[in-house]
Amino acid sequence: MKEIRLKPKAIPGIGMEAENISPDMFAEKSLKEIRALDVFVGNKKKKLGEYFTVGGEASEKPEDLRIVIRGDASKVKRIGERMSAGEVIIEGDAGMHLGSRMSGGEIRVSGSVGSWAGMEMSGGRITIEGDAGNFFGAAYRGRGCGMTEGEIEIKGNAGHNLGGNMGAGRITVGGDSGEFAGVGMKGGVLIISGNAGLRVGAGMIDGIIIVEGGIKEMLPSFKERGRVDGVKGLSGAFIGYEGDLAECGRGRLYVRD
Amino acid sequence: MQYIMMKNVVLRNGIVYDPLNNVNGERKDLFIHEGRLVEKMDERKAKVIDLKGKVVMPSGVDIHSHFAGGKVNMGRLLRPEDSMGHEVSKTGLLRSGSGFSLPTTHLTGYLYARMGYTLANEPAVPPMKSRHTHEEFNETPMLDKSGLLLLGNNHQVIEYVAEEDQESLNSWISYMLNATKTYGVKAVNPGGVFAWGWNKYINSLDDEVPCYNVTPKEIISGLIQGCATLRLPHPLHIHLNNLGNPGNYETTLESMRMGPMHITHAQFSSYGGDSWKDFCSEAEKVAKEVNRRAEITVDMGQVVFGETTTITADAPFEYHLSQLTGMKWSNADVENESGGGVTPYTYRKSSGVNAVQWAIGLELALHVKDPWRVYLTTDHPNAAPFIYYPRIIAWLMDKRYRDKVLGECHRWALERTTLPSLDRELSLEEIVVMTRAGPAKRLDLRASLSIGDEANLAVYDISPEETEGEKIEEAFSSAAYTIKNGDIVVKDGRVVREINGRTFWVKTRTEKDIKEDILERFRYYTIEPENYIVESAYIRNGVELDTK
Amino acid sequence: MKHRNVVCCVCGAVCDDIEVGLVGGEIKVKNACALGRARFQELTNEDRIKEPLVGGVHVDWDQALDKAAKILKNAEHPLIFIGSVTSTETMRQGIRIAEYLGGVVDSHPTLCEGPMIMGIQEAGMPSSTLGEVRNRADLVVFWGANPLQSHLRHLSRYSLFPEGRFRKGGRRDRKLVVVDPRKTKTAEIADLHVQVDPNKDYELMSAVMAILKGNDVGGDVAGVGRETIYELADLMKNCEFGAVFIGLGLASSLGKYRNLERLMKLVRDLNRFTRFVIIPNLGHGNVSGFIQAMTSASGYPFGVDYSRGYPRYNPGEYTTVDLLRRGEVDAMLIVAADLVAHMPRDVVRFMKGIPIVSVNVSQCPTALFSDVVLPGVVAGMESSGTIYRLDNVPLPLKKFVEPPFSFTESDEDTLRQLFDRLRC
Repeated sequence: MKEIRLKPKAIPGIGMEAENISPDMFAEKSLKEIRALDVFVGNKKKKLGEYFTVGGEASEKPEDLRIVIRGDASKVKRIGERMSAGEVIIEGDAGMHLGSRMSGGEIRVSGSVGSWAGMEMSGGRITIEGDAGNFFGAAYRGRGCGMTEGEIEIKGNAGHNLGGNMGAGRITVGGDSGEFAGVGMKGGVLIISGNAGLRVGAGMIDGIIIVEGGIKEMLPSFKERGRVDGVKGLSGAFIGYEGDLAECGRGRLYVRD
Repeated sequence: MQYIMMKNVVLRNGIVYDPLNNVNGERKDLFIHEGRLVEKMDERKAKVIDLKGKVVMPSGVDIHSHFAGGKVNMGRLLRPEDSMGHEVSKTGLLRSGSGFSLPTTHLTGYLYARMGYTLANEPAVPPMKSRHTHEEFNETPMLDKSGLLLLGNNHQVIEYVAEEDQESLNSWISYMLNATKTYGVKAVNPGGVFAWGWNKYINSLDDEVPCYNVTPKEIISGLIQGCATLRLPHPLHIHLNNLGNPGNYETTLESMRMGPMHITHAQFSSYGGDSWKDFCSEAEKVAKEVNRRAEITVDMGQVVFGETTTITADAPFEYHLSQLTGMKWSNADVENESGGGVTPYTYRKSSGVNAVQWAIGLELALHVKDPWRVYLTTDHPNAAPFIYYPRIIAWLMDKRYRDKVLGECHRWALERTTLPSLDRELSLEEIVVMTRAGPAKRLDLRASLSIGDEANLAVYDISPEETEGEKIEEAFSSAAYTIKNGDIVVKDGRVVREINGRTFWVKTRTEKDIKEDILERFRYYTIEPENYIVESAYIRNGVELDTK
Repeated sequence: MKHRNVVCCVCGAVCDDIEVGLVGGEIKVKNACALGRARFQELTNEDRIKEPLVGGVHVDWDQALDKAAKILKNAEHPLIFIGSVTSTETMRQGIRIAEYLGGVVDSHPTLCEGPMIMGIQEAGMPSSTLGEVRNRADLVVFWGANPLQSHLRHLSRYSLFPEGRFRKGGRRDRKLVVVDPRKTKTAEIADLHVQVDPNKDYELMSAVMAILKGNDVGGDVAGVGRETIYELADLMKNCEFGAVFIGLGLASSLGKYRNLERLMKLVRDLNRFTRFVIIPNLGHGNVSGFIQAMTSASGYPFGVDYSRGYPRYNPGEYTTVDLLRRGEVDAMLIVAADLVAHMPRDVVRFMKGIPIVSVNVSQCPTALFSDVVLPGVVAGMESSGTIYRLDNVPLPLKKFVEPPFSFTESDEDTLRQLFDRLRC
């Protein structure tokens, strides 16, 4: 695997959009060509090289390429958007829309990440060591279907609307989740190791949510369906619920007994 | 001075189709002087274009397209996901926009123009919200526009029909048309939308409309008479009762016997069977009835597979569709007048019902013998967005091209429709009639290349002998030239000049003065009669057509 | 001079039956509510701005426009904020400027009504015009809405008291239900006041939806007794035509747009049993007009970013407060809105550091903050145009007096002149 190393230098206060930071775009390119790729600062089109030092060597194919960003990229939006292969490693924080609509490959962030990461992703894997913003793995506004495949792991806490309208795939949260985790879920698995925020599973039609910690308050439109032993490879006792009955849903919500 | 120069064009060597003047594929030179077609002119003061190997025809006319107004915008609002991923950037010349099935106003104009269309008729203007439709007309460039007023569920209309007071009804229709600056009368599921206000349903022409003791048949009849008495340029434009339901072709046949009318998106009204299980096409029977009745015209409402948005003033229909699909649904009842709904829909080749629907539109176009009485539409965006017109043209002209789709879709299209047996391939002349001369004639607006006419025409890079669907679709997708009032607005499928089209409305007069009655009946509106009226100054490039 | 059928643009209810008399320097207003009457006094406001200002100093119109154009042209991510007490024509000009500059354009929904719109985008909104409620409704529900304090003539003109075509008895023919944690003025006159716990509307709606689908909800929910919940569900199910009006109480409580999404779905479900509609009580004058103009121009209702040359929308990302809070704006154009007065303190602090151009009728914090102030024209009195009522009924704003200066005819005209400067 070959590696391209980026180091942010003086990211402007109004932030930037850099969907070109993706193995699909970097593959087959020289360092000079990579530096010349577009990034967008407000209404101005700029060159990637103006804001990042670029080192290393690109591979021919995206699947053989790892992009490492060392430093604070919290004001850089859309890293790895639509990527299909390869790796993006961020040693620091990342901005909004990280890996939005990605279909393959892997993204790892050592810090925290802004909202809309993994929006409508259809494959690949995202790991966040820190906390995540809102709408991780969710659908865009108005669209019925969110994440359709792939895996998301958040080691810290997740924001609101985690996995909204997800159709398939797997999301795990090491810490707590915000409000409306798994809202409108139609399939897939969502595992929250800590506590789930209010209205977990609201509007879910199908799929599985597992909460290892506590749920402060269950929606009145979920019905208890008894105790089970072990769910999806997690051992021990859980209380199972079915919902969201407000939407004639048959989703399963398991809470550690 | 320079601008006038731009409206002077000589088109050399084009193969001209001008059905209203019986010109059918003749090589001719056309001269445009100050925006109008002339016999001859000083060529040194004109732009001369050689059209060798290209065809020339009047620009396209869409007789039925939901492209502007409250419901359309309700759809855009409901569906940000229809815009996202379908954005178009601004250029030095053009505005930006977005939307696949519901393009924004400017984008709508550009997309029509690049297909060679310059006139679109918005068929569903709720009277009380007509100002909104006009506001969007003003914002839709490239096109001439007209709007049809929704009157089939208007309480006052129904009351006058119940009172059997045709004279007052005529005056009321006249008042409404003049107040709203619209072009004609539209009825949508007459009586049925009103009834649904009480959660009741009307499925036949003889069902009783609650509260008023009248039937849809009586409403339709009153409106047909009204249109005739007022000498409106376009007859009653009707979205039939019972639309979208299996077995509804009988309602269609019965409605046709009532008098002159334009039956819109007939595809949705040509269904056989008693349920979705034995759903089938009855397009042949409907077309035969059209063939028999010279006073009836129809448009196709052709389905194209894929995702779209359905929008109609037939509010109960939208509610039912959303219940079938589980998709989100918006509705907008308009006090005393009308309703409207929006819900997304996806036509799938794998669905038996959708496959039959797809076939029916084509069957209608091929079974109706006279192309002057069947027009190409998709009931934009209900059966498909209008951007698919070139594909539909290609399906009609090339059997192999449509059979390819037939082979890919659910077997019901083969088993339950007559499409596989239809060998007819429409000629280019017939297409020109169906997409411009015919609808224009039915709207009583010009679409010919007569001397003295405004130069509204389209040039396509296609040989008149072309039979290959793929090439036909490509050619009609991007006009070599679109010329509007003498301006070259599109070249090689790209908009090169933005212009504002006009809005047509009718000025009507009646014998009976019902001013007092109008004020009395306005009691149940929540706005003042004075504020109801859309002033002509409000309309950009308005053209009033006096029916006197 | 007396002017009849004048259209008021203070709140979303947009009454169009106002009578305004100009006698000498005095303004007499009939039919308007207290809020409306105050608005019409704007014409004689002593704090009226009549001359352009640059850096607090009076300058001539051309200088001010040039300076404004320079500020906006130099920006990389300008934010254009168009208030709602103006015409849609003004808004369209503002949108055009934002598109041209590659900036962001936003309006009041971003501060208040946005969640209602976002609710529509998830669920759809089965709605109607206000007259349909007046003519047909036998059940009127105000959920998190208190019209007696927000839309003063709502009950008397549209929703509760007036005679309807099919409700000749007016109030006697209707039941009034109020769902609100507080005993509001509207709740005081209700036939049923469902006193839901604060921030628990979502739970209450969920319970009603589950009941409508044949499920049993065990006990009390959201502080509301089981019996009351069933009573509410029964009332809604069994009316002939029901209407629920939603207010900011719901849009701003915990759950935000999800509350609206759920309530819209609840109303959708009620249409299985009867006819039911939902109408957002949009608060500000022409909020609906902005949403309509923005949507027809861009496909999106508010908070639209044009920085990439085409429209993009994502509340939280391209919306005013979020952008300012993250520092992603480097200049502002504020039209017909006292934005500064409504911003959180940290945002105001950030706004201090960026150049601001504003179009304002009278002195206000926003004008004080602005590097360039262009005098505003009072819409609906000094200039004409279009306004949309909260139920999307378009109405004409009519000019009946001249503005006190001649360099511009309307805010629309001002923005058009500014646009011409930007282009040259």
